[in-house]
Amino acid sequence: MGKILTLARRELTAYFFSPIAYIIGAGFLLLAAGWFFINIRIGGEASLRPLFDGMAVIMVLAVPLLTMGLLSREFDRGTIETLMTSPITDTEVILGKFVGVMAFYVALLATTLTFLGLMVAYGRPDPGVALAGYLGMVLLGAAYVSVGIFASTLTRHQIVSAIVAIAILALFVVVMGLVVRLGVRPWADLANHLNAMRYFRDFSRGVLDSRGLIYFVSATGLFLFLSVKTLESRRWR
Amino acid sequence: MIDVKHLTKWYGRVLAVDDISFQVEKGSIVGFLGPNGAGKSTTLKILTCYIPATSGKVTIAGFDVLGESLEVRRNIGYMPEAVPLYPEMRVNELLMFRAALRDIPRPERQAAVDRVAERCWLSRPENMMRRRVGELSRGYKQRVGLAEAMLHNPPVLVLDEPTIGLDPNQIRAMRELIQQLGEDHTIILSSHILAEVEQTCNHIIVIAGGRLVADGTPEELRKKVLGPSQVLAELKGAEPAELVAAVKALDGIRGVTDRRVGGWTRLLIECDGKSDRRSEVHRLVGEKGWQLRELRHTVGSLEDFFVQVTYEQNMQAAQRLAQ
Repeated sequence: MGKILTLARRELTAYFFSPIAYIIGAGFLLLAAGWFFINIRIGGEASLRPLFDGMAVIMVLAVPLLTMGLLSREFDRGTIETLMTSPITDTEVILGKFVGVMAFYVALLATTLTFLGLMVAYGRPDPGVALAGYLGMVLLGAAYVSVGIFASTLTRHQIVSAIVAIAILALFVVVMGLVVRLGVRPWADLANHLNAMRYFRDFSRGVLDSRGLIYFVSATGLFLFLSVKTLESRRWR
Repeated sequence: MIDVKHLTKWYGRVLAVDDISFQVEKGSIVGFLGPNGAGKSTTLKILTCYIPATSGKVTIAGFDVLGESLEVRRNIGYMPEAVPLYPEMRVNELLMFRAALRDIPRPERQAAVDRVAERCWLSRPENMMRRRVGELSRGYKQRVGLAEAMLHNPPVLVLDEPTIGLDPNQIRAMRELIQQLGEDHTIILSSHILAEVEQTCNHIIVIAGGRLVADGTPEELRKKVLGPSQVLAELKGAEPAELVAAVKALDGIRGVTDRRVGGWTRLLIECDGKSDRRSEVHRLVGEKGWQLRELRHTVGSLEDFFVQVTYEQNMQAAQRLAQ
């Protein structure tokens, strides 16, 4: 456990040192803020739902950009060699990266509380909805991040890692929704079960449905597992 | 301490390491010598659990690198050839991070870092520990890499080309450091710089074309050099042609080549068998009234041995690849 936190701390400080993380954070906030203001109407409902739904989609771009370097840069710079010849397991490496990125993600998410603050100043948003929405964002974030980490274990090229992650996320967040709307059975039913936005919309509406919890937790677990296996496989080549 | 049995490694269809076996005693400093591409780095990476062997068995401090990988890694300090470090971290930060990964308890970490920094000459100039690794010169980076490897005081140190890219001062410093460390660690280092290996190591393993071609102490290997013994002399007092002719006329001389060095003539005299013809040359100089300023007998040098023993292997390896 200690080693996971040590790795996480190193990763987090690296994020705060690098300009890339700030640029991605700023970009995300810009898009989120834009979306927030587009959806505000005087006299309208003080709902955070469009904000959360919007952020879930913007994160499809932002998270892969944040995670693309996690393993790719280690491969590229060769620092993976010192990491893998230290007495730590591959699982500890992946979990360390995961915790480190999630800490940055949560910090980024915390900055969106300003939107909530604005809502509270001019309206009366439902606190339960806000809470559920942020919980959903954290769960969603964990799933996105684990996909990003997995993509990063595949290659030494950060760009490729980002593209693969975006592709996988787009598949589950956007494409599945389209398939559902096309209505062709049985594909539409299958897509409905795999559609991330469907589960997330519960959270953004303030509903804590166990199906959503299971979906995101399983997705996180699956991709972290795949990441560990991919990393391990490098030892067998 | 290190026991390698029938180690083989295939990279796809390329045979990088071909059935090598050797043993390293506790406390020795082993030089792993070989031309570029011989399989040195590959072997070291297998020893440190970075890549798996295709077949064979390697144990370090009694632990198997495949089955007890974590124990092996706890007992090894490894400095890879590229010395990969995180450029954005400060030296002290990096060493503290590595100390944490090495299970050094928190209260003891800074002390351990200070200790290795002192030993690797990182504590002077004063601000060295606060500098970012990316800003350091190659020599300092390698010292950081070495410090990193030593943090947890491992019984075994594996150094891949520790002096590569260093200037002569730094090489000398590194050499001294390795000799000091050899007093309480078992060290295996790889190099293709013979002079280094000859001076620091008490056990030499030569690998070429993926195969083990020699394994012994420097003296043992030097004795194996085939070829005539040579005498080196620097003379003055007559034209080079006359000097050469006179020396050639002596007993037991196979051949003489000459070279001008300033006003002197440097003669490389090949003697029959392993005979030492220095006294004959000295007597000749006295008789003719010439001047002599250097007279040396060289048995095969380690370099000759290295070249002889690796040339064959390289040729064979090239043939194997061509097939």
